[in-house]
Amino acid sequence: MTPERSTRADSAAMIELEGVTFARGAQTIFSDVSMSIPRGQVTVVLGPSGTGKTTLLRLVGGQERPARGRVLVDGVEVNRVRRKSLYALRRRMGVLFQNGALFTDLTVGENVAFPLRAHSQLDEELIRRIVLFKLEAVGLRAARDKYPAELSGGMARRAALARAMALDPALMLYDEPFAGQDPISMGVLLRLIRRLNDALALTSVVVTHDVKEAMSIADKVIVLAGGRVIGSGTPDEVLAQREAEPALAQFLDGNAEGPLNADDQQAPLAEDLGLGGRS
Amino acid sequence: MTALLDAISRLGRLAIDAVAHAGSMALFALRLAVVLFPTWSRPRDVAQQVYAAGVLSLVIILVAGGFVGLVLGLQGYNILNKFNATESLGVMVALSLVRELGPVVAALLFAGRAGSAITAEIALMKTTEQLAALEMMAVDPMRRVIGPRFWGALISVPLLAAMFSMVGIIGGYLIGVVVLGVDQASFWGQIREQMDPWDDVAEGALKSLAFGAVIALISVYEGYRAEPTASGMARATTQTVVLSSLAVLGLDFVMTAFMFGA
Repeated sequence: MTPERSTRADSAAMIELEGVTFARGAQTIFSDVSMSIPRGQVTVVLGPSGTGKTTLLRLVGGQERPARGRVLVDGVEVNRVRRKSLYALRRRMGVLFQNGALFTDLTVGENVAFPLRAHSQLDEELIRRIVLFKLEAVGLRAARDKYPAELSGGMARRAALARAMALDPALMLYDEPFAGQDPISMGVLLRLIRRLNDALALTSVVVTHDVKEAMSIADKVIVLAGGRVIGSGTPDEVLAQREAEPALAQFLDGNAEGPLNADDQQAPLAEDLGLGGRS
Repeated sequence: MTALLDAISRLGRLAIDAVAHAGSMALFALRLAVVLFPTWSRPRDVAQQVYAAGVLSLVIILVAGGFVGLVLGLQGYNILNKFNATESLGVMVALSLVRELGPVVAALLFAGRAGSAITAEIALMKTTEQLAALEMMAVDPMRRVIGPRFWGALISVPLLAAMFSMVGIIGGYLIGVVVLGVDQASFWGQIREQMDPWDDVAEGALKSLAFGAVIALISVYEGYRAEPTASGMARATTQTVVLSSLAVLGLDFVMTAFMFGA
């Protein structure tokens, strides 16, 4: 996918899904999905609500196991490894959860210090400095003694971002980072994601349904719908694929009618109202 | 006919659900057992939970214990007075409390005051993805969240039961000796003579330890397994209080039958 790295095919991808099938109960979420997420870039995974974008992140984090197929993160097969290696892998992953998932009984500073205290033997003075650095990077140094309940939604999300970055991860996963954000804090988050990725040489995966905003910072875009990949490539390549894929065109243009909500229209309204016999 | 079949199948489903519930709780208990001792690598976590579950339950336990003791003193005096045996009031109050009322009532109050709080806290942490966040930070929530709360409840219940009995005996003393004029020397003397530290005190303590383990397990399990919704949380806290209370009373009967039955 990336020209400068295509020579080392096996190490160019940070995350690879190979023929992944995943079902929750009777509902199939992914059927035979394959994708590869390149190292060192910002990859945006787009798709309508309920297409399993969050599930994708949970598969990558090893919190869910696919029924079939392989999920490789940095060459490690997360659905097969033992708990210890999975935890070692997770130490190099940062996750920004949809609602931040800050620990509500700890201050912002303590939240950011939490992974450091859990996984390092650093002394308190050093931890204090690292926390200040991380909070400075997201513009929240002044809020370090506040509790999560005292923060606005955007601030909470940035505080959670500082916590996710605490251990200097190689891979950052963002679950709907823009949901419920006003235009200003959305812009702040967008720039942060891009800047952090470039400054720290991360690999970032952003899962969202905000098409335009996400496209603006993406190196690669993957569009999921109906349990499969319907578009993949650079933002321009994906835009060019819309001709061939009506579902992709519908999603990108935000049309109400199209193949994506076909099941909504299966039964005529009259039938559900019990008027079927008379029509 | 179909109504009958429906009823039978519903009964069957209830039974299957109950067995599945018990089974998943047993599996959960095994996972918990593995982390029980590693939890002590962070003794502060356990101490915090003993404070949250035990120390903060002190007021309700002490007040309730006092009232139960006062009532026992009054009722006991009236009954014993008929047989001219009011000097046995002390031992009657003390035995009722240490063997039975202390462990049971303290456990029931604890389930309502602290067990429900433990369940609600864990369920909310789950709903707000805090448990998932821990997992993704490579911190085992069983060890960091569940283990300390289990220990907190397990340690608190026997201590609270002992304090409940103590305050209850003082309550009985106030009513019997100070208000109703029972002889002070025989009140305490009979307790000393007739109560056996092994038969009575140790078995009461064993009971409350067992109750503590049961409440602790139910509280953390219900929180951990709660459906991550508002109604799921409500159901989980209710379930904790109902299951804990029934389990305590049922277990109390079984243990009493074994220990004091013969």
